[in-house]
Amino acid sequence: MTDVDRRGFLKTAMGAAVVSIAPGMFLFDMAHGGEAVSSRVRWGMLIDTASCTPGCNECVSACSRENGLSGGVAATDSQWIRKIEIKDISTGRAVSLPVMCQHCEHPPCVDVCPTAASFKRADGIVLVDRHLCIGCRYCMMACPYKARSFVHEPLQDQNPDVPRGKGTVEGCTLCVHRVDQGLKPACTEACPNQSILFGDLNDKTSEIAIKVRTVASTQVRADLRLNPGIRYQGL
Amino acid sequence: MKLIAIFLLCLCISSAWGATPYKLDIGRGGECVKDPQWMRKNHMHLLRHQRDEAVHQGLRDDKISLKNCIECHASLKDDSAIARDDSFCVACHRYEAVATDCFECHTGTRKSAWQKRNAK
Repeated sequence: MTDVDRRGFLKTAMGAAVVSIAPGMFLFDMAHGGEAVSSRVRWGMLIDTASCTPGCNECVSACSRENGLSGGVAATDSQWIRKIEIKDISTGRAVSLPVMCQHCEHPPCVDVCPTAASFKRADGIVLVDRHLCIGCRYCMMACPYKARSFVHEPLQDQNPDVPRGKGTVEGCTLCVHRVDQGLKPACTEACPNQSILFGDLNDKTSEIAIKVRTVASTQVRADLRLNPGIRYQGL
Repeated sequence: MKLIAIFLLCLCISSAWGATPYKLDIGRGGECVKDPQWMRKNHMHLLRHQRDEAVHQGLRDDKISLKNCIECHASLKDDSAIARDDSFCVACHRYEAVATDCFECHTGTRKSAWQKRNAK
């Protein structure tokens, strides 16, 4: 039994602390010089329902192709984007529109997630961190747009850019892997009528910001005050 | 009694031989991030660190990423890092009895090969 004086003990403790944080510091040094996404950007979409053709499913199949979805519409199939046909009974006016995750500013899915797997990226894209998702599906219940799906079966041969797996919840990522490369989401590119306009709502000179400023557009269930990033024109 | 002892000895030897790790199929291989000995010990820390930054902050490093690991280390025979017993990830992880949960969601296939296969 040796007596350790206070100074000696502190020195040893400091040494141990330095060793334990050293790997972290080292990892930080190895990190790259890229820039993290910031809230200066708010990604959004403006969907023109007037030019969206009823019966056309190009955006949906492009989404399935890009993200490796089966394309099925059973209750257990993942659907990140759906085509909806609505009709005003009193006037008979029918409208066709795609509905996907609306990338809310105040997403209810994020509020209810018990593991913080459901999160909003600084640039407004609402995502699921599958590393943290425990598959409880609270977010699916909380979402007023029915935008999220659960993966029920084991998957093989996923797109290397779009990891997906059994037991986690998923939804439209706004093709985040493409957006980070400077590309547009797959549905935007696939639309034969260019009905889906994608861009930065915060950039006043962007096409989408100009259009949102000049033409009337609505958010679905605006009464919930979630401020979705997806807006619809002519709804 | 003697017979039983010999039998047991045989069993032990055969099971010891069975546990011999496979010779790794390192694919294209080569040194990219750090030297192999360092990577053997620390690759998991890099992957975990990188995954959080990529998912939450959009910092997609070209070099330190699972996709890039697989790009070089997938087998040149079947373009996969997990398909066979001697595949790059499988051989060690099975020997060490550490599950590679990565591949429940991530593909173990080389991206260039996947793209070529799925080109329209």
